Formats: sequence, C-alpha cells, structure tokens
Amino acid sequence: MAVDAEAQFHVLAVDDSLMDRKLIERLLKTSSFQVTTVDSGSKALEVLGLKEDQTSTSALSPEHNEIEVNLVITDYCMPGMTGYDLLKKIKESSSLKDIPVVIMSSENVPSRINRCLEEGAEEFFLKPVQLSDMRRLRPHILKGKYKEQQLHQEENSNTNHIIVGSSNNNTMSNKRKAMDEEVLSERTRLRFSSSSLNVI
Amino acid sequence: MFIYTRPAYQFCQVVLQGYLDEQFYQLEELQDESSPNFVEEVVTLFFRDSSRLVANIDQALQKYPQDFRRLDNFMHQLKGSASSIGAAKMKNECTSFREFCNKENREGCLRSFQKVKKEHAVLKQKLENYFQ
Repeated sequence: MAVDAEAQFHVLAVDDSLMDRKLIERLLKTSSFQVTTVDSGSKALEVLGLKEDQTSTSALSPEHNEIEVNLVITDYCMPGMTGYDLLKKIKESSSLKDIPVVIMSSENVPSRINRCLEEGAEEFFLKPVQLSDMRRLRPHILKGKYKEQQLHQEENSNTNHIIVGSSNNNTMSNKRKAMDEEVLSERTRLRFSSSSLNVI
Repeated sequence: MFIYTRPAYQFCQVVLQGYLDEQFYQLEELQDESSPNFVEEVVTLFFRDSSRLVANIDQALQKYPQDFRRLDNFMHQLKGSASSIGAAKMKNECTSFREFCNKENREGCLRSFQKVKKEHAVLKQKLENYFQ
C-alpha cells in the first residue's frame, strides 16, 4: 500500500551540549523521527528559514529550500539565545508560530515551566529525557497538522470564486490546485494513521 | 578507547554500588545494530566534557574575587552531563557545590569540589574496567 500510515516527521533539536544532542538524536531516531540537531537558537532559526531580526520567512524564497520542520525541541539553558528566547521568536513569527515547541531543562523550576507554557510551549521535559517522553511528541505534531488542514479547508471554500483575467491569477489557482491535492493526500494519511493500531 | 563488551554482572555491580543509576540502563537500551557503539560514544563524550569542565572550575576557583555565577554556570553544565549518563553520586556532589555557590561560600565550594573530583575519578576507573 502506498499510503504512509506512519508519516515520518521531522524534529529540530536544539542543545548546546554535544552529549545531550547525541542523546536526544538517538532518542528521536529510535522513535522513528527524522532529526536535525543544532547547537544554538540562532542556528535553529537559520534552519527554520528565519533570520534573527525577521518575523516572517523571506517571501523572496519561493523554492522553499528549507526542509519542513514538524516540531522543535529545545534546551532551556543555552548561552546567547535561551530556549525561551527561541520559543518567543518562533511564536512571534507569522510563518513559524504553528510549529509545536517543546522545552527541555535539567532544572525543575515551576516559574520557568509556567513561563514557557504561557509563551506557547506544548510541553516541558525534565532532563534526562526518556524514551517514553518521545511518545508525547507525535500528538502535538498531529494536532498542529489538523489545525493546518482546517485552515486550508476554510481558505479553499473562500476562494472558489476564481477571478478570471491576469496570468497572476492562473498561477494562484494552480497553486491552490497543488494545495488541494496536498490536503487531500494528507487527509488520507491522517485518516489511516488515526485508525491504525500503531502503539506510539 | 573503550571497548564495549557488555559483561552484565559487572554492570550491575556498578549500579548497585550507587555510582550509576537507571539512566545508564536507558543508554544501553538505546544501543542497537543501527548504533552499535552508542554507550561507548556517550561515555567518551562525557569524559571529554567533564574533564574540560573540571579544569575550568579548578581554574575559576583560583581567582579572586570569586565569580560565583561563573562557577555555578560551569557546575550546572557538569551536573547536566553527569545526569545524562546516570552518574548518581557525582550528580549529588555537584548539587552540594551549587548550594555553596548560591551562599557564596568559597570554603564550602572548595571542599565540595574535592568530592566532585573524587567521584569523577572513581567513575572513570569503574567505567574503564566495565568497558574492558
């Protein structure tokens, strides 16, 4: 069957400690995620296609060379840009705000945890991160994808009235068509994965 | 440097003695055919990191006036590494050190750091034996 019941999601892991990067990478790969690791918040933003002083990814790069990131997991304590700073930048970005972010920390500080959750982090993992923690990631990714689809659906129903005329609009409707197909196949994938008996 | 041959009874000893905790089991669990040297690699990284940090702390302790924030920062990293590998005893000594740091108690820091270094050295020896 060609349907991808267990879509491989891509996680971006951010940690300044090489040892912890190695660990989180292994944990994620063992849990069937595609992984990219970086050692700083600024590098993370680069991977996400955002420069530190931007709030949205460049509209001038329609080719989208950046790989799609489905979730960001970041250490809290990092020199320079902390995990909290990174979280803020992501949530303030119009293009990135829907990417789920998980914060990790070796310290159990309730005010810190609350601050992160309030800023939009999905979860807070206490280090050392466990294999069982990885199971909590997929629901956040799927929740985000479902929201994304709902948005697409709304957009589609709004733009069924096609404006005939300039070539620009033809490109737009072609884009829409491509999106429709994407949405359809995604919906099929999600339907399969939610009914599959895979224990995450 | 370390050759991982997995003598299970030896490992249990190290755990039972309290030097390593369940976190070390997790590292073992993460090792498989796709990552056959994982434990060895992590342990190697740990000693690389920790040796550097111990040296940094040694140096920082020599300085006057004492920069407790910097010391605490180094120790936070060292503690994190110890925790990631499951080095229970060493982690506890790191916590003590940080408590002295918070109180800006230099004497306490010096005493506590001796203990950290001792645990670190013992751990190195135990793991070297284990990996042989």
